[in-house]
Amino acid sequence: MDFLAPFIEVYKLDNLKFLLEGFGVTLKVAAISIVLSFMIGGLIGTLRYARIPVVSPLLAVVVETIRNLPLLLIIFFAYFALPEIGIEMEITTAAIAALTVFESAMLSEIIRSGLNSIEKGQIEAARASGLNYIQTLRYIIMPQALRRMVPPIVSQFISLLKDTSLAVVIALPDLLHNGQIIYAQKGSYVIPVFVIVAFMYFIVNYALSRVARRLEIKQT
Amino acid sequence: MFKTKTFVKMAVVSIMAAIFLAGCGGDKDSKGNSKDVLAQIKEHKKIVFGVKNDTRLFGLKNPSTGEVEGFDIDLSKALAEEMFGKDVKPEYVEVTSKTRVGLLNNGKVDAVVATMTITEERKKEVDFTDVYFQAGQSLLVKKGSKIQSIKDLKQGTKVLAVKGSTSAINIREKAPETTVLEYENYAEAFTALKAGKGDALTTDDAILYGMAEEDPSFELVGGTFTEEPYGIAVKKGNQELVDALNKALKSLKDSGKYDEIKNKWIKN
Amino acid sequence: MLDFSILTTNIDSFLQGLKITIISSLIALLCSFILGTLLAVMRIAPFKTLNWFGTAYVEFIRNIPVLVIVFFTYLSGNFGGMAAGTIGLTIYTAAFIAEAIRAGIMSVPNGQMEAARSTGLSYGQAMRMVILPQAIKIVIPPLGNQFINLVKNSSLLAVVAGGDLMYQGDLISAKTYVTFDTYVFVALFYLVLTIPLSLGVGFLEKRMARSN
Repeated sequence: MDFLAPFIEVYKLDNLKFLLEGFGVTLKVAAISIVLSFMIGGLIGTLRYARIPVVSPLLAVVVETIRNLPLLLIIFFAYFALPEIGIEMEITTAAIAALTVFESAMLSEIIRSGLNSIEKGQIEAARASGLNYIQTLRYIIMPQALRRMVPPIVSQFISLLKDTSLAVVIALPDLLHNGQIIYAQKGSYVIPVFVIVAFMYFIVNYALSRVARRLEIKQT
Repeated sequence: MFKTKTFVKMAVVSIMAAIFLAGCGGDKDSKGNSKDVLAQIKEHKKIVFGVKNDTRLFGLKNPSTGEVEGFDIDLSKALAEEMFGKDVKPEYVEVTSKTRVGLLNNGKVDAVVATMTITEERKKEVDFTDVYFQAGQSLLVKKGSKIQSIKDLKQGTKVLAVKGSTSAINIREKAPETTVLEYENYAEAFTALKAGKGDALTTDDAILYGMAEEDPSFELVGGTFTEEPYGIAVKKGNQELVDALNKALKSLKDSGKYDEIKNKWIKN
Repeated sequence: MLDFSILTTNIDSFLQGLKITIISSLIALLCSFILGTLLAVMRIAPFKTLNWFGTAYVEFIRNIPVLVIVFFTYLSGNFGGMAAGTIGLTIYTAAFIAEAIRAGIMSVPNGQMEAARSTGLSYGQAMRMVILPQAIKIVIPPLGNQFINLVKNSSLLAVVAGGDLMYQGDLISAKTYVTFDTYVFVALFYLVLTIPLSLGVGFLEKRMARSN
């Protein structure tokens, strides 16, 4: 029974409300980053697929560099290093900026390979029946590619939600951060806090992954 | 048309980028670079203090009320009243050791009252008032620990500190054989200490007192082995503001109000 | 331009951090491969309890942040920063590797095993010479990607005082008061590890595709 005491103390209403507040920040930051990185990533992925001279290779270098760096480094860089060259951002802005930069790079790859996965035969047939490059892209390639990309894109969104937790290092008041404040009060609070924090992340992400699976099944 | 889609995408992205940059750049100009800070305070009728939100006794946010409480807050309130009477409202913005100078320089805060030690290095970047609190670096250990002073920190012992703090730098100088582990902030360092990741935690005694108050199974040992005089920092080139603050501080000390505030928070 | 003196005066710390990053990543890779294989087998073995456990582990761990796992391991266990970080990385990555291996094994058509057995091969021989080579083709690219992720995730050791490259970067930037240049150097060190891995995985993917 002794063992349950810290759990009961941690799970009181005030703390749960505090955790939910943090979770709200997590969801807000993730949502904004997702929308922005989808737009930017989509643009970059399409530009790379279109194989435009100069632009595409340049984007390739940028994307490959960002994809191969730890997100933690990008977050630190956005908040602590950029001020040295004059770019100051608040915590939330820096978190969103860092996540967007990283996720855009990731998404651009998914979109690019999604576009690449459309068989050449389709493109040739489309061109043969009189559609120009742009029409082919819009009516033949994009719709099919987008359908195929849904599972990896949702998977990337789940990653994004998890990755927002990294912003605790710049004191973003998200779920993990608020959890840390609670267990800072007492050593025995660590386990109860982590149980509920993990649970909250799990519920949302698991639900998203089920949605992804449903969408995947619908396609076939 | 593909062109329209791309164009729309690019337009939206550019607008977003513009909003971001405007958001970043805009704040820099909110206080203006030409006017001195004291004049602006009087004009806007508010003085913005940068204070800690995570340091018990000096600046700690109360999760139930959402208010920040501590010695730095009460002192700055008293100083504002002494300087301006009821004309100017004191406001509070959270700062950390990492962000306090930056926020001073970009005008988001007018004065930093955040357990900031006056050092020659820092004087190059900001202007300080007179000392408003004399702290010193010390050690926090579990009651009954073998570590009783800095001399006990030898090869094989572990000391915890905050990344980049002067305490971390000092302890490496004064106890070069001990292992130093550094964390993002004091809460993390203290949590690590409680979880047994180190034998002692080192920072200003003032901050350690707050930790010991929170968890009495820990105590300070060994006295202080450095001097950490706290000062209020303002943006460089604002001597008038420094003078006004110094004058107010002296009045508070003469009238006994300073001691009143100090005894409320520092009980030793 | 960049202040290269930051790099040269602190080169020992940078290299020390790099060393820890590499060691931690390698150990985590090995251990998560072993654990991941175990989990994959559990999921396809004909025992309901094993199935359930394997699935529960994978579904739970995959859906929570790796930082949560690392912090939990550090604070509730008796491990130092590097150990806790490596263990946390292992627990997390194993879930993903389990999925990759399971996909690999399941991608080999059932008929293959029967066909192999019918030509006189034993179960073990069939596995070794027919099933696994095909499974490995599918599994190697995602494994490679997981290794790259491991190297990137190892930066979390910095948050539990684990002495890795990122941690050293934090200390150096605090000591020198220079953040921009320091973190650029840290980034370059990471790229030295991750870009070759990335190119390697890309190369392997092309080769696997070609041999089909």
